[in-house]
Amino acid sequence: MSHSTVDLSVGHSCPVPINNYKHVLLAHGGGGKLTQQLIQKMFAPQFENELLSPLHDGAVFSINGTRLALSTDSFVVNPIFFPGGTIGDLAVNGTVNDLAMCGAKPLYLSAAFIIEEGMTMEDLWRVVLSMKEATDRAGVVLVTGDTKVVDRKKGDKIFINTSGVGVMEQGVDINPANARPGDVVILSGPIALHGIAIMSVREGLEFETEICSDTAPLNGLVQDMLKASKDIHVLRDPTRGGIASALNEIAESAGVGILIREEHIPVPDEVRGACEILGLDPLYVANEGKLLAIVPRESAQEVLRAMQAHPMGKDAVVIGQVMVENPGIVLMKSRVGGTRVVDMLSGEQLPRIC
Amino acid sequence: MRYIDEYRSEAAAKRMATRIRQVTTHPWTLMEICGGQTYTIVKYGLEELLPDEITLVHGPGCPVCVTPLELIDKAIVIASTPGVIFTSFGDMLRVPGSSKDLLTVKAEGGDVRMVYSPLDAVKIAQSCPEKRVVFFGVGFETTAPANAMAVWQAKRLGLKNFSVLCSHVLVPPAIEALLSSPTNRVQGFLAAGHVCTVMGYEEYIPLALRYQTPIVVTGFEPVDILQGVYMTVRQLEEGRVEVENQYARSVRREGNVPARKLMAEVFQTTNRNWRGIGEIPNSGYALSPEYADYDAEKIFSVEGIKTRESEECIAGQVLQGLKKPHQCPAFGTGCTPEHPLGAPMVSSEGACAAYYHFGRFRLGRTSAPEVVVT
Repeated sequence: MSHSTVDLSVGHSCPVPINNYKHVLLAHGGGGKLTQQLIQKMFAPQFENELLSPLHDGAVFSINGTRLALSTDSFVVNPIFFPGGTIGDLAVNGTVNDLAMCGAKPLYLSAAFIIEEGMTMEDLWRVVLSMKEATDRAGVVLVTGDTKVVDRKKGDKIFINTSGVGVMEQGVDINPANARPGDVVILSGPIALHGIAIMSVREGLEFETEICSDTAPLNGLVQDMLKASKDIHVLRDPTRGGIASALNEIAESAGVGILIREEHIPVPDEVRGACEILGLDPLYVANEGKLLAIVPRESAQEVLRAMQAHPMGKDAVVIGQVMVENPGIVLMKSRVGGTRVVDMLSGEQLPRIC
Repeated sequence: MRYIDEYRSEAAAKRMATRIRQVTTHPWTLMEICGGQTYTIVKYGLEELLPDEITLVHGPGCPVCVTPLELIDKAIVIASTPGVIFTSFGDMLRVPGSSKDLLTVKAEGGDVRMVYSPLDAVKIAQSCPEKRVVFFGVGFETTAPANAMAVWQAKRLGLKNFSVLCSHVLVPPAIEALLSSPTNRVQGFLAAGHVCTVMGYEEYIPLALRYQTPIVVTGFEPVDILQGVYMTVRQLEEGRVEVENQYARSVRREGNVPARKLMAEVFQTTNRNWRGIGEIPNSGYALSPEYADYDAEKIFSVEGIKTRESEECIAGQVLQGLKKPHQCPAFGTGCTPEHPLGAPMVSSEGACAAYYHFGRFRLGRTSAPEVVVT
């Protein structure tokens, strides 16, 4: 038996800090601090420009006086069919929502498919039909695409990339850096449905539940919100990493503190039960049809009412506020009255041992 | 959710905090043994609700934190061996060994899989007869029954490709080691409710009497912990020394008898090294000779791997309750969850990680402002 894989001669210090990963870990794609490091150390400095630097969900720019938003997203979810959705509608809704979070009206999408040799035509057809349904629902048009097939075992059934273009209304300026002390934090509905729905059908972890993914387009909701008030500072769809990561990104990019109240955050009982059993914190579990809005106090009521009048925001609630204190940090007043930091995860959320 | 919401109620927590304040007249130092309890204390900010006289110190009850470095190195060697599927609970995957962690082994091409139960690892062994499947069997008395069941089942199924890298640790010997230490400052213990669900609490009675230290078997929800603190403080204030059971909805005096029987068959007690504390006699389980064929240490010949722990990291003092995590000079600067210097910074249950994630802001201020929402 060879032991050459571990060099024990370097074991004289307390666990050597693993500062420089020689390989990409799954955690680098987990949406937490390692993803941030990858973006900030590798990608952003190489391509630095004023449109990229805000690291928003999409880029907003003007062409001949028309303000446009451009966004892209790739989808590698496993399994590709899950309660409440498929990789196809996720791919459409994901990019539609990224554009909507810039305050744009999504218009056109592209789609690129990387298909693994051997995928059944029936499965592919199911994905295509769900994409068609999702584009109709969101009111966007798929205008260009690309198809590649890779050898068996070089992919995982199907990966989809979508990019999208949307048009911005005049007077709308939505950006994570715009959060201001005194602003109110609104959440559009119950959290953690998508992540738990995926886990309920993941190999080796199947459990019985009626929880369905919340995958849905949010552009209609955002349009109604902007009709109520153009004075919306930040919109964010809390996908991977959950609302905890999204709020941390906002707190950091605006240099403000955010304080939320646990008792105001809607977590369905079934989701809470699954999280208790799996040792997960619902604040860090993915959503695919929810948004966080950060709105000045003066327009909060109007925006909240507009959200509650829309089917995608009928359960919208105020969950907290933006503060001067503790810049860059998200705090939560716990159910029993204590306060804690809601930190950004380092990598993937790993279930606790017992 | 029933049996959870009642124990997370603000009103009940405040009532219990008031009772603690009413009964407290002296300064007392209590230790919660279990990392799950530390997690609750920090996650819910429970220390804010306690009077200044009460100090909670966070004990060595996080299985990830007390697992010695050399065991991680052994796991890494096994997981890097071609033809092996290495299975583990989630939070062991990120614990750094001397040079890397198991997630890095996976990124390098090792077949490392997270499972929720050792029985899932047995299933993998059944479905992949051409592979050797190893389960990383660490944890306290809580995870031991399922690990025992996995080994027992593997033997019954005649599986030749399943083994366990087994390093269980036991709570009562650790409590005894802490209490007999000349530097001990703990005056009362909250014993770990889940451990006692399996083991019962009879073995704590002689400990409490010998060291004249109250022990209260305590649950994991915020109100459980506050009630456990209340019961311990009341004993101390009244000069009583007893083993009391706060977690009666789950714990019986004799524990879970069938589970204990199975563990007695599959395991035998052995001396164990506790990271940061050192060797404690009879403080762990190893596979009994009858089940030696399932011992991954023997199968993969990694028994000889020895790794020295650092003298620099103060994890040992934190785990013994001598220092708080933020009293470490490296806390939050040289040592963070992304780049942990010591194991308590790795698991969310580890005292250092719990302080870092949930309590960091308190280092600068005492309490957060009230939320005013429209």
